Amino acid sequence: MLIGKPADIRYSEITPRATYLRRREFLQAASVAAVGTAAALVPSLPAVAEAQVQGPGVLPKLPNVKTSALSTTEKQSAYADFSTYNNFYEFGTDKASPAINAKRFRTRPWKIAIEGHVAKPAAFDFDEFVKPYALEERIYRHRCVETWAAVVPWIGIPMADIVKRVEPTSKAKFIEFVTLFDPAQMPGQRDEILQWPYIEGLRLDEAMNPLTILAVGMYGEVLPNQDGAPIRLVVPWKYGFKGGKSLVKIRFVESMPRSTWMIKEPPAYGFYANVNPMVDHPRWSQTRERRLGEFLPRRTTMFNGYADQVAKLYAGMDLRRNY
Amino acid sequence: MNTPPIGILRRALLAAALVPAVMLAYDAYAGNLTANPVEYLENETGDWAIIFLIASLAITPIRRLTGWNEVIRLRKMFGLVAYFYAAVHVVIWFTLVSFFDVATMAEDIVKRPFITVGMGTFLILTALAVTSTTGAIRRLGRRWQQLHRAVYVAAIGAVVHFWWLVKADITRPRQWAVVLTLLLGFRLWWMWRARTLSRS
Repeated sequence: MLIGKPADIRYSEITPRATYLRRREFLQAASVAAVGTAAALVPSLPAVAEAQVQGPGVLPKLPNVKTSALSTTEKQSAYADFSTYNNFYEFGTDKASPAINAKRFRTRPWKIAIEGHVAKPAAFDFDEFVKPYALEERIYRHRCVETWAAVVPWIGIPMADIVKRVEPTSKAKFIEFVTLFDPAQMPGQRDEILQWPYIEGLRLDEAMNPLTILAVGMYGEVLPNQDGAPIRLVVPWKYGFKGGKSLVKIRFVESMPRSTWMIKEPPAYGFYANVNPMVDHPRWSQTRERRLGEFLPRRTTMFNGYADQVAKLYAGMDLRRNY
Repeated sequence: MNTPPIGILRRALLAAALVPAVMLAYDAYAGNLTANPVEYLENETGDWAIIFLIASLAITPIRRLTGWNEVIRLRKMFGLVAYFYAAVHVVIWFTLVSFFDVATMAEDIVKRPFITVGMGTFLILTALAVTSTTGAIRRLGRRWQQLHRAVYVAAIGAVVHFWWLVKADITRPRQWAVVLTLLLGFRLWWMWRARTLSRS
């Protein structure tokens, strides 16, 4: 029933920067009058411009990546956008900060631990951890709670494959994903902006859903540091903050984890954080979204358009209360 | 009393105050407004509106502390520049953020405290801007000064709007709150001093 998408659409679909900039003619028209006097001025965002120069094509390519029927054929966001516009508070709270502050972030050696209610708890070297699994490309819609969105070609491992291999015991009901805590490398962690380390969680059945992956790459290459290298969670029907980055621990637990954002602002952030146009965030109506590189907003769809695959996980639940 | 130095200073500062707007326009033209241009424009215009609002509130303390009376002639200019950035900020919200969707905007104003406060602040600033002409000053007489004291409310509103908008990192709104507290605190201290001096 599921139809594999044509493989050749992907990389050619990435709009060249020059082309997508031309689409912002509305903004341009408003500014044309001022440009004459401004022509001599240096653009005020040298840091962003600098970060935009890199990739794809700079970081190592990931070989032997399978395509997946779960990928969308929608137009992908520009690499330059998705790698310079990041919420990764460990590296600063401005969108441009992670691309700058994560430049020298060390992702090797990297340890990742499987803990809690599993048959074989163990700490792995990252490359050893990834080795047994086949990598798949998953082109997913991405929706941030701040109402911006994107389409991203992730490369990763189905979380279900990992869960099966580590053999959770009957006590394992939830999984907690823990990001690295290293204030020496992560300047954002020197302030108590959030409770560190960053923690996210999924119900075991959510983690086992075929859509859930641990991503190790994007756009054909390894993840850039600012997007959560070397390994991060991707749950495309939930708001982006559910996707914990630079993971060091995957803990199988019995009771529902309290995620970092739940601790920060309980009325605004619940455990589930499913994309839901009917349930507002106190700061943002969630009925619409704007994709990076696009001018006109789009209507947000239930579960970010993945209702067919995931609505059954929440059958009978009041999603207004379980936000 | 058109002494050249303050006139030249005012023009130079006005030109400098408009540089951010020119640079934003250029960045819009050059496609340099980050991956989310609308959000970036809102953040920048909001920042500059607060900066110039604070600048306008710094004039009276400077005058009182230094005795340099002419500096008062910078106040209206800073206030109007703040209003210019606030107006661009609100126009972008009407157009590029909300696409003239009146129902959504009304809902946002009612439901989201940071927008409620932001809109209230903008209405106050609008009233102050339209009554900033010499004609209005003459017509309103004593009431002009009473009306323009509302700038204190607007400044508090602007900082609260910023504070409630951020998700987690309150560093920058907190900085403005400290500066604003100092500027308003100076006025209270000055009033209290004037009262005790006149009593003795």
